Amino acid sequence: MSSYLNLSGVNKMFGDFQALDDVNLDIERGEFVTFLGPSGSGKTTTLMIIAGFEQATKGHITIDGKPLDGLKPYQRNIGIVFQNYALFPHKTAVENVYFPLQMRGVGRRDGLEKANRMLELVGLKGFSERHPKELSGGQQQRVALARALVFEPSLLLLDEPLGALDKNLREQMQIEIKRIQKRLGVTTIFVTHDQTEAMSMSDRIVVFDKGRIEQVADPLELYHRPNTRFVAGFVGESNIMAGHVVDAAAGLAECAVFGSCRYPADDRFSNGQAVNILIRPEHLKISRKAPESGEWATMTVDTIVNYGDNALVIGHSGDHPVRVRVLGADVVIIKEGEDCHISWRPEAVHIIAGT
Amino acid sequence: MSVNTGGVQGRGQFLPWLLLLPLAAYLLVFFIVPLVDVAIMSVTEPKLSLDNYTKVLTGSLYRKVFINTFATAGLVAICCLLVGYPLAYLMAHSSDRTALLILLLVTMSFWTSFLVRTYAWMVLLGNQGPVIWFMELIGVQDPPHLLFTRFSSTLAMVHILAPYMIMNIYTVMKKIDPALIKSAESLGAKGFSVFRHVYLPLTAPGIANGLVLVFVICLGFYVTPVLLGSPREQMIAGLIGHQIEEFLAFGLGSAMAMVLLAITMVILAIYHRRFGLDRLWG
Repeated sequence: MSSYLNLSGVNKMFGDFQALDDVNLDIERGEFVTFLGPSGSGKTTTLMIIAGFEQATKGHITIDGKPLDGLKPYQRNIGIVFQNYALFPHKTAVENVYFPLQMRGVGRRDGLEKANRMLELVGLKGFSERHPKELSGGQQQRVALARALVFEPSLLLLDEPLGALDKNLREQMQIEIKRIQKRLGVTTIFVTHDQTEAMSMSDRIVVFDKGRIEQVADPLELYHRPNTRFVAGFVGESNIMAGHVVDAAAGLAECAVFGSCRYPADDRFSNGQAVNILIRPEHLKISRKAPESGEWATMTVDTIVNYGDNALVIGHSGDHPVRVRVLGADVVIIKEGEDCHISWRPEAVHIIAGT
Repeated sequence: MSVNTGGVQGRGQFLPWLLLLPLAAYLLVFFIVPLVDVAIMSVTEPKLSLDNYTKVLTGSLYRKVFINTFATAGLVAICCLLVGYPLAYLMAHSSDRTALLILLLVTMSFWTSFLVRTYAWMVLLGNQGPVIWFMELIGVQDPPHLLFTRFSSTLAMVHILAPYMIMNIYTVMKKIDPALIKSAESLGAKGFSVFRHVYLPLTAPGIANGLVLVFVICLGFYVTPVLLGSPREQMIAGLIGHQIEEFLAFGLGSAMAMVLLAITMVILAIYHRRFGLDRLWG
């Protein structure tokens, strides 16, 4: 009841196609939440329903306890930054930012002054009189952000706003958006299919797949303890192996690739249950000699992809592909085509229910 | 080295002009030469002087006809806008099939012969025509004369020229990003505010294009105003025809044609300054 934004039982049908299947979500005031998922997973549909551009087939949404049902987009007081910014091309930057104030009956002098202050906040001092086409992609992005924030919205929605920017600018804007969001304390939903973006910006991440919420968790939890195989595969790189639980009380599982694996005991699983075993590539350690203790397996190296500070070693153990992330300086110990040993600690093993 | 590149460049520049040659020759023979002929006639017929221009620019009859021409062209352009804008909107915002149907209906009048369309209006608006008949049927005493009035000629010209307006506005409307409308709504704009502050300004270039195009075409309209319009409210093209066909006043007619041409060029030049002429054709 205390949550700020609440979605309960939201369903959306497009004809026979179920775009959203029973979406339930609570977001706290001031939180920065990211909707992460592949295209067609329902994240943008959810956003459009919150904004009022789509109607939920079933279910309710409340902000601060007030239901949004039946409210038109212009009655919702929600700021949106669209994918391509959707700035009005016939208006200058400051007129764009003034627009929502104008619609709320704020006089021209006060409104333009407030719009200018907002442009200053997003780092666009001195660009007020330019038209959108005279601004760079990053600057247009800032104008769009200022316009969505100037009327003190109850919620800020960002629909893949960084997709059109190049890598450096995108990282810069990630930091910038976080800074402004923190400063204003506005509750924010950010939609993206880029998992690094989600990781670096969010308080919590909501992972969507096929119209359902797969998991809601903070970034580290999501990375280290994904609930489902989909989340494990979508967020970060992973080695996922099918296996089964041998001894649930002791935390012992077995898989064809690595043989028996110990894991932190967890009473959600029972003996004999089919599971997926997840070990992140950076948790595997490569050595030439077999480790004297602990758990290990053998691997043949196929390819080494060097990134400078780190390298990705792609190989196979039996028929199963294995990915290992090593520090750049350590990559000299192995060569492509060689056999080596990989070892891991039981704490790095994460068990996911299901096959 | 430099000679070599010069040769290649020379051929590269020459070829496009070669492709233009047939059109250029056609325009020269059938447009430029007659035009120069008209220009020469305007100062040589009946004798070498500027008398024709003095007459055209100072005579009260001619001034009245010029003013009438501009007023009619303006009225037609505005009527085309009022009729065309909602239709273009309907086309731009309905399903592809409906849009195609409307487009077909709009352009159908385009494919029928000019004269046929004009005569069709004569039949429709004539004293024995269905409009008058209907007015009598619903009890209008002494139904007004519809034919040979400014009303009938304006109506027919709007009918003929509206497609130009509609196509110009339609292409602009089609290019508007739907996200702009959504974003306006999300920022708190209701239906009419969205239209006034976002949609209308974004379609303004189409409106300007349409108005100028219709206005300029209308200035030189001949058949429709002559056949349907009031003889007391002649337009300039009709008057030119009159001068030449009935009074054989080639010099005076030519001078009027040159003045009309000059005015049209000035309007297009102003438009070009403001918007760029290349946008006129969509």
